[in-house]
Amino acid sequence: MTRTAARRTAPAIAVRPVPAPPPVGGRGRRRLRDQLQAYGFLLGGLVCFALFSWYPAIRAVVIAFQKYTPGSPPEWVGTANFTRVLHDPEFAAAWRNTLTFTLLALLIGFAIPFVLALVLNELRHARAFFRVVVYLPVMIPPVVSALLWKWFYDPGAGLANEALRSLHLPTSDWSNGADTALVSLVIVATWANLGGTVLIYLAALQSIPGELYEAAELDGANLLQRVRHVTIPQTRFVILMLMLLQIIATMQVFTEPFVITGGGPENATVTVLYLIYKYAFLYNDFGGACALSVLLLVLLGAFSAGYLRLTRSEGDT
Amino acid sequence: MSTRTLVSPSVLARPRGKAAYWTVFTGVVLLFALAFLFPVYWMVTGAMKSPDEVARTPPTLVPERWHTDGFTDAWDLMQLPRHLWNTVVQAAGAWAFQLVLCTAAAYALSRLRPAFGKVVLGGILATLMVPAQALVVPKYLTVADLPLIHTNLLNDPLAIWLPAVANAFNLYLLKRFFDQLPRDVLEAAEIDGAGKLRILWSIVLPMSRPVLGVVSIFALVAVWQDFLWPLMVFSDTDKQPISVALVQLSANIQLTVLIAAMVIASIPMVALFLVFQRHIIAGISAGSAKG
Repeated sequence: MTRTAARRTAPAIAVRPVPAPPPVGGRGRRRLRDQLQAYGFLLGGLVCFALFSWYPAIRAVVIAFQKYTPGSPPEWVGTANFTRVLHDPEFAAAWRNTLTFTLLALLIGFAIPFVLALVLNELRHARAFFRVVVYLPVMIPPVVSALLWKWFYDPGAGLANEALRSLHLPTSDWSNGADTALVSLVIVATWANLGGTVLIYLAALQSIPGELYEAAELDGANLLQRVRHVTIPQTRFVILMLMLLQIIATMQVFTEPFVITGGGPENATVTVLYLIYKYAFLYNDFGGACALSVLLLVLLGAFSAGYLRLTRSEGDT
Repeated sequence: MSTRTLVSPSVLARPRGKAAYWTVFTGVVLLFALAFLFPVYWMVTGAMKSPDEVARTPPTLVPERWHTDGFTDAWDLMQLPRHLWNTVVQAAGAWAFQLVLCTAAAYALSRLRPAFGKVVLGGILATLMVPAQALVVPKYLTVADLPLIHTNLLNDPLAIWLPAVANAFNLYLLKRFFDQLPRDVLEAAEIDGAGKLRILWSIVLPMSRPVLGVVSIFALVAVWQDFLWPLMVFSDTDKQPISVALVQLSANIQLTVLIAAMVIASIPMVALFLVFQRHIIAGISAGSAKG
């Protein structure tokens, strides 16, 4: 590869031993041409980012202070959107549900993939098979997994209750009960997304040098101590990053509540994003939807900044 | 693969260690089969049961008779060919736009040293920090009335294609790969008098096949799996992709037909995964380990 490249350049250098003189117009124009060319390559991507990432972010903040109906000129209304949204009884429910969902997803969905990856990394057989199987639910469209679990949770012939019955356990209302709906949705989200997390952990575990385990073992560390003092510190960065990404993702959960419960029963599964959707497309209240978006943005932004700061300073000490 | 892991090889070689290993191994196989394969099995067999059998308690583990009417009904009644075709068009266009525009932009940022390149890259990476789903409403309003040219892209596949380009993750993946290409090869081409486009086309792209593959798969999967955005953008039933159509139709359709439609909707991505599993898994592992 490099040989052919070298051979190809050799005659060219022989023909033109001296670099060509700078083109007419000198360095400045040459640089201008380079710049124009560079921005020519950048243009398409830049326009798309500007239109669909940067502009909407600014627009969310602007519309949050406006009465906005598509087709007619917007009106400035100050903080009216915020006060209206804050007084909506669904607002508190949506935030409570979203935070509970995120917390449950962390409790259920965080330890399980780590332990799974830890165990998978020890297995010497059928490694490819395990990786494929664990990632299979991720490749099933989220809408399909949501509909699939909606059917499992069916109070009639649903698989979830059939499984409980066959084990002689009391049945549950699953997604149809106000108390159990949120947990049921967390189970779906965990099932559907865990594969990616497991694969990322596996990659991180494989990068741990084996000598560390050997040294720990020589020092008399048992299995759990090796996990605690070698594995976790060595994968700390990946764990912390994935935790942040998972929190941000679960704070924006929409598909599962929309498809499985429709926000019910009794608003038990209305999430913030679901409420944003409702404001925009059911109430036609784009100002309210943007006010909610801004609140979510500010909260997640502040959380991410604080999280990164805390975890980083902890790493320095 | 004989790198040392948590449990030492000498422990595993002992009879007790061996027994423990195989116990754990069997346990994991059973757990995986039950947790990940069984739901999929239940879906596929559910689609092939008769409507009576699906509703029966206790359920049958294997269909008494294998029906395929569910699939044919779903195909005709739910207009699956149209929705699948819509999804294919949306995914293929998003892939093409992303590949062309993101590659060009990543190449410019990586190799052409544009003025304010750092600022632009910072602006792009900053979007990774912004929760994307939280901005769907202003994004929807932008697509409904594009600034300056006042065009409405709703119900048009462009509403999927163009926003797909604004994918900071894929762009950064490409840029980082281009950064690592050997400098001397590119310089040699430049001395030979190759233009920027020529260098990109004949040297950079052929050397970047692995990353282009990963980005392609991510781009296709993202569009195929998306729900909220196409739900907002396509109010016209005839334009909806399969994910939106499934949910819209799910309320008024017989259960076996719906389940059959779910199986059909899953096949393309699962097939893609099984064919490219090696690359996909390697891509996820590599993309994350460094990031």
